[in-house]
Amino acid sequence: MALHVEDLRVYYRTLAGDVKALDGVTFEVADGEIMGLAGESGCGKSTLGKSLIRLDGRMRYVSGHTVLDGEELPIWDDAAMNAFRFRRVSIVPQYAMSALNPTRRIGRMIHELLRSRGVDPHRAQPELERRLELVGLDPGVLGLYPIELSGGMKQRVVMVISTLLDPSLLIADEITSALDVSTQKAVAQTLVEIRDRGFVKSMIFITHDLAVLYQVADTILVMYAGKLAEKAPADEIVANPRHPYTRLLVSSLPEVGVRYAEKELTGIPGRPPSLLDPPSGCRFRHRCPLATAQCEQEPPWVEEDGRGVACWEASKAPTATEPLVGNAR
Amino acid sequence: MLRLDHVSKTYRTGSLGRGRLTAVRDVSLELRPGEVLSVIGESGSGKSTIGRMILRLLLPTAGSITYDETDIGALHRGALKDYYRNVQGVFQDPFSSYNPIFKADRIFSILHAEFFPRVDADEWRQRVHEALESVGLNPRDCLHKFPHQLSGGQLQRLLIARALLLDIRYLVADEIISMLDASTRIDVLNLLADLKARGLGILFITHDLSLGNYISDTTLILRHGCIVEMGATEKVFGNPRHPYTQDLLASVPLLHEKWRRDSAKAPTVTRLPEQAEAPPLVHVEDDHLVAAG
Amino acid sequence: MSSVPTAPLASPADPAQVEEPPIRQPMSGFRESLHFALRNKKLLYGLSMTTALLLFAIIGPLIAKHAPLAYGGRLSLAPTTRDGYWFGTTLQGQDVFAQFVTGLRLAFIVGALGGGIAAVIGMVIGFTAGYRAGIVDEVLNMLTNVVLVIPTFALLLVIAAYLQVRGILMEAVFIGITSWPWAARALRAQTFSLVSREFVDMARLSGRSSRQIIFKEIAPNMSSYLFMMFILLFGGAILIAATLDFIGLGPSNTISLGQMMQLSVQNAALQLHLWWWFLPPGLAIMALVGSLYVMNVGLDEVFNPKLREM
Repeated sequence: MALHVEDLRVYYRTLAGDVKALDGVTFEVADGEIMGLAGESGCGKSTLGKSLIRLDGRMRYVSGHTVLDGEELPIWDDAAMNAFRFRRVSIVPQYAMSALNPTRRIGRMIHELLRSRGVDPHRAQPELERRLELVGLDPGVLGLYPIELSGGMKQRVVMVISTLLDPSLLIADEITSALDVSTQKAVAQTLVEIRDRGFVKSMIFITHDLAVLYQVADTILVMYAGKLAEKAPADEIVANPRHPYTRLLVSSLPEVGVRYAEKELTGIPGRPPSLLDPPSGCRFRHRCPLATAQCEQEPPWVEEDGRGVACWEASKAPTATEPLVGNAR
Repeated sequence: MLRLDHVSKTYRTGSLGRGRLTAVRDVSLELRPGEVLSVIGESGSGKSTIGRMILRLLLPTAGSITYDETDIGALHRGALKDYYRNVQGVFQDPFSSYNPIFKADRIFSILHAEFFPRVDADEWRQRVHEALESVGLNPRDCLHKFPHQLSGGQLQRLLIARALLLDIRYLVADEIISMLDASTRIDVLNLLADLKARGLGILFITHDLSLGNYISDTTLILRHGCIVEMGATEKVFGNPRHPYTQDLLASVPLLHEKWRRDSAKAPTVTRLPEQAEAPPLVHVEDDHLVAAG
Repeated sequence: MSSVPTAPLASPADPAQVEEPPIRQPMSGFRESLHFALRNKKLLYGLSMTTALLLFAIIGPLIAKHAPLAYGGRLSLAPTTRDGYWFGTTLQGQDVFAQFVTGLRLAFIVGALGGGIAAVIGMVIGFTAGYRAGIVDEVLNMLTNVVLVIPTFALLLVIAAYLQVRGILMEAVFIGITSWPWAARALRAQTFSLVSREFVDMARLSGRSSRQIIFKEIAPNMSSYLFMMFILLFGGAILIAATLDFIGLGPSNTISLGQMMQLSVQNAALQLHLWWWFLPPGLAIMALVGSLYVMNVGLDEVFNPKLREM
């Protein structure tokens, strides 16, 4: 197993108390797997991505284990994590376009970065150029300033830099969100290319866009309000979602070919709960049409045949066939 | 009817404005009440510029924009305010559209002061409540609150309610969905479709083809300020003729069909030189035009 | 591999029936600021020191027993409780205490007036340049840069040569019209960033004019910034005035703190150990300007949530 995360809890410190952004998450990512992490704003997916590499100022590690290639990642210890960052775990951050120093030529910035990590830049140069060509960029890009590149090009440069030392785990945090649809496709496919060529062993692709995940991820993990809702292979979770949240989410996505006049889609009324003081039991129950009295107790994560779901109702009836109507309350 | 006739917009750039940048090139379109026109384009295509010109926040450098045969470029003060009774806009970032130090419902009191000074307070409150209900908001939940206490979806709906209070004929919706969560997007979209059924003409600006496809009657594809394809939505999406449209459609991630695996090279789209003319539009079938060349 | 597709799930038909979890009410902006203000040590220290000096400046001249420029006391008297010479006398027999409180009062006046004039000019130019942009911005920018590089001392020397009598008003006006450039620059930058926000467009779509937008939308948004800027200009004006006074370019018809220091140095007070002549004005300037700046740092923490310690 490349990555194994066990009951990870990371909270945000605020004046009003702790925001339980990530509240007990357990999953595994195999070697060679691209795992998609989906969910809406506030679900904890970005927190999870950041926790695996670097806790920022307000984040506080509470409990849980993270094991990469059999070795525990000391995510609570910023200094100890330094040995892992960039070499074993790497991240392509959100807004990577802004990650490039605007006053430095890209090649020089990369040299400084490599030197700070104890790598001789001249020895890495041929590999760097080779990889730039692989993602469709001319190596001449190294002599340019960031402002001379387009958003998609910058994104791919950052992806090459982040994977230069062949880390075991790559975290891609919303790398396609600020891009146009055509560049989005190129960047997402680059991610797959990086995995196929073995530069990276496993990847966690974080995004709110379920459709992009369906295109490139092997498995998709759906999060809600700091906890896992469902996990399944990408094809299955879209065709046959089990958790009510996933089902409502999938059916609320407009697609090319679907028109309002023919089929009116519906959203999910209500809002996610405040994570300062989350409700007991299932966190989705206030918005869930299938909620019962049992949902006041937190549903266990039930996993079988590569599919997992945290829902009392869904674990009972794996393949429902009758149309469901919301409970009148 | 709202009409654009060969509208272009060229910006001055650089120190003392010596450089030139053409954002919109020779665009013509018509918007009628009860119709949704989608302007679809990627970033830098000029779609927001078109929206801002229609809202008179910018003036075109060539061509004319007419509202019921009146050129809006010539409007000032009182006449411009009358125009705003009929045409309003909602923008992309709900949190940027509100002044953060004031309460969210100040947008209604500004409207009251500027457009309805003779309406008394109780009558106005009644109208506001009705407008809120018509966009699916509970007055108790969203009045007397600061913008940061409300969600993006609520803020966008408040802005639509504001536009409705003016009893407008046309709405310019500039990427109003893109900053909302997936589960709220569809509700705001459905609201727009409902308003269209009640007679509102909507210019729906977006980069997301699936959203455009969902609610629009007519679609216009924009690239670097020029129209590349335009026509009835089913025809443009069902039978795309321009290679750019075809590329766009091929890049949209679908939920039940995977992308074709081609090389990871992003399409390189070169900008037209500044002096160039926009390619002319040619009819390929009824209600379907494509740029030549 | 897809098996039997799950039937579509219908969410509860009426959104109002969905049970919403209670939302915690955060404090309103003003109350939150007040909450932090009362806990910020820098702000409290700076404010209390400034207020104390202000009270001293107001009450002092009322209780002084002698006129500041009047001769008559014993020469070079050390501070004593007799005859009201609490701060002693100068080499020429003038009451140091009276001079001190007069100077302190003048310091506040010059600060308020000079700082106020600079603030107003800076605001007008900064807002206009930021809001209008384009050619107006370029012209105002050039003007700002020109005023910024004018050597103020040289200018003041020329003016001093032509004016017979210089009052405190002249000094304040001079400081005001030469120290606005950096304020204008800062405000221009802030205005730029606010003008691009969409709420300005929404105000235009509501039929509001540019003037209304600047005063009702943009300025209130920057109120904390404007307040802090005024405090900086206030302190800066006092410092500039003290410097000008020290080199002899101060008002010719009264006595200020800087002039006290100038006279004490000219009369070799340091060598004659007449510490009561130069120490009070020096410490007062330091305390006043220092506490204003400390107050400003505290205010920055109060207004900017990111600087607050958790």
